[in-house]
Amino acid sequence: MSKTITIDPVTRIEGHSKITIHLDDKGKVEEARFHVTQFRGFEKFTEGRPFYEMPAITARICGICPISHMLASAKAGDELLAVRIPPAAERLRRVLHMGQTVQSHALSFFHLSSPDLLLGMDADPVERHILGLAARHPDLARDGVWLRMYGQQIIEHLAGKRIHPAWAVPGGVSRPLSSESRDQILEQTPRAFDIAQRALDLFLSVIEKFEPEIETFANFPTLFFSQVTRNGELELYDGPLRITDAKRKIVADHIDPSSYDEHIGEASVPWSYLKAPFYRPMGYPDGIYRVGPLARLNNADRCGTPRADAALEAFRALAKGAVLSSFYYHHARLIEILYALEQIEALLKHPDILSPRVRAAAEPNRTDGVGVAEAPRGTLIHHYRINDDGQITWANLIVATGHNNLAMNRGITQAAKKFVKGSSLKEGALNRVEAVIRCYDPCLSCSTHALGQMALRVQLMDREGHVLDEQKRV
Amino acid sequence: MKESIKLTINEQALTAKPGQTILDVAWANDIDIPRLCYLKGLSGVGACRLCMVEVRGVPRLLAACVARVTDGMEVITDSPKLKSYRKMVLELLLAERNHICAFCVASGNCELQDLAQSLGVTHVRYPYRFPNFKVDASHDRFVHDPNRCVLCTRCLRTCEEIEGARTWNVRGRGIHSVMITDLNQPWGESPTCTTCGKCVQACPTGALVEKGRATGEMTRTGNLLPKLTSMRESGR
Ligand code: SF4
Ligand code: SF4
Repeated sequence: MSKTITIDPVTRIEGHSKITIHLDDKGKVEEARFHVTQFRGFEKFTEGRPFYEMPAITARICGICPISHMLASAKAGDELLAVRIPPAAERLRRVLHMGQTVQSHALSFFHLSSPDLLLGMDADPVERHILGLAARHPDLARDGVWLRMYGQQIIEHLAGKRIHPAWAVPGGVSRPLSSESRDQILEQTPRAFDIAQRALDLFLSVIEKFEPEIETFANFPTLFFSQVTRNGELELYDGPLRITDAKRKIVADHIDPSSYDEHIGEASVPWSYLKAPFYRPMGYPDGIYRVGPLARLNNADRCGTPRADAALEAFRALAKGAVLSSFYYHHARLIEILYALEQIEALLKHPDILSPRVRAAAEPNRTDGVGVAEAPRGTLIHHYRINDDGQITWANLIVATGHNNLAMNRGITQAAKKFVKGSSLKEGALNRVEAVIRCYDPCLSCSTHALGQMALRVQLMDREGHVLDEQKRV
Repeated sequence: MKESIKLTINEQALTAKPGQTILDVAWANDIDIPRLCYLKGLSGVGACRLCMVEVRGVPRLLAACVARVTDGMEVITDSPKLKSYRKMVLELLLAERNHICAFCVASGNCELQDLAQSLGVTHVRYPYRFPNFKVDASHDRFVHDPNRCVLCTRCLRTCEEIEGARTWNVRGRGIHSVMITDLNQPWGESPTCTTCGKCVQACPTGALVEKGRATGEMTRTGNLLPKLTSMRESGR
């Protein structure tokens, strides 16, 4: 009789979800599905709002990466105004974005994933979290807290409030940077570099213990999707889109972000509120692709900053073509932290950074605007249409976790096939399946616009849907 | 008629001129009474019920913005009972429309928000009504969002009494009331609006704002309207 195992909701990710593992008649894993069970519908209820409010409204979608939404939204707003924002405003937005990238990646690595990496996948769940980590590796936990604080303080210096600021606006930003703030951030940056480098070294030193996970954590060929600079370097704020394949061959390049929908289709699956985007020319579900740190490093020719480029060498050496195992999302994230810190330093040292000219004033000059940015978890697309009075008539948001939806399903299926044996649910196996999802660092509150809490339920079901075994974590 | 009136406010002995309201006298003596629909320089309507005070010997509460002082009056402007009523009034106002300060253009410059903060409204005990009024952004310079309106009619009175245009009206009754421009035409097509912007200055909330302002960016010149009135009166 075939059975289903459910992990519900997945812990240590942001948002609300569950996993079901379906066993076939012989008791072997046939498929695993990632379900997103809540829905918020920002696209619908923003209809009628003046587009100037969108950065602040959409920043509310997510408590972890409000900045990415605010920036993508403000960029869509720039498009509606049809202006080029002042150079200082663009630099400031970039600094803000890098601050957010550092804090978000630090959260993902130190708080959410390093318990698995350092305490082990089979460690007692009672200890396998940041506090357990703090007991065993106090320096590392302290580093994590500090680095996250560093990123958040950048956000606070620029935008005023750590969470949900309304600072990036259509046309630029609402306030220039003070010299005190610039100096304070620059003063702290060397320590941030040290921490990032230490974390990377540590990761590289433990990685060989995880061979089975590396092999099976969503380790399969897909396309990769991200922005790059015009000359093919790593880019997180603004640039054309590139798609590469598992061999790191460029499939499509120099895609104008505003034409994303010519390349990306969106399917809905009955078991989840999460949309399932796919690469159009290859159709659904073959057009499976991944976004986020792994995709960005696979896509970029180089990072374009010295320290990150040095670290990139070891990453490139992992595979002949693209790095395929989603386990290396962690690795990519650490390299991106270095890149973000280098960017912050360079941007803040630019002579124009304190310029008071930070906002272009205009009335709406277009009725259709697309804003794209590389959120920590991957490409974030905000697409708005407005009426002549500047009110939203239609909005479409594609978020990082959405892009990864198909890949996450395939990834957990692969891990479940390897680690789930028989019809009982062993903690270590479940944690591995869940850890696949965590590699993508999915932010479900955002992708489904669902307000969620973290807890875990696991179910084992037969083909008729009868629950055979169940585990709960609160 | 008597030249002056003697009364007490919060046991403070005061003199006032006949015809003054309790709020006028309190104001002149630096006694603060919460208010929302009242705006200096406009006629009083006693609509918001926040300025209610207790008067000894009067069984009901009086709205200080319209109640005239009388000789020997003993007024209390603050008591546990008044506090609890004022909180209730604010909570009802908040529950009636969509006051989501998090992305409101007026946040940080909103009298309703200020009052809620100063009176300690930490949560709303009534179910939210979540109305879905259409935002009118048809005017070149201003936006009207009835979802944030408290029906204080300050815009209406400003437009009528100061500008003399009478663009604003109230449509409907009770909970269904909504501010409209002219005969419920889009504001941008109003034949009477002079685009002077005084109503936008008079509005205490994010219901009337300047176009193109992002969240938290709607600031107002606090004293503009009283100044206009006094300038006009002294010029007479
Ligand atoms: S009008 Fe005032 S109370 Fe209402 S949402 Fe705006 S700031 Fe908040
Ligand atoms: S629009 Fe503003 S001024 Fe007019 S009634 Fe509503 S809240 Fe009062």
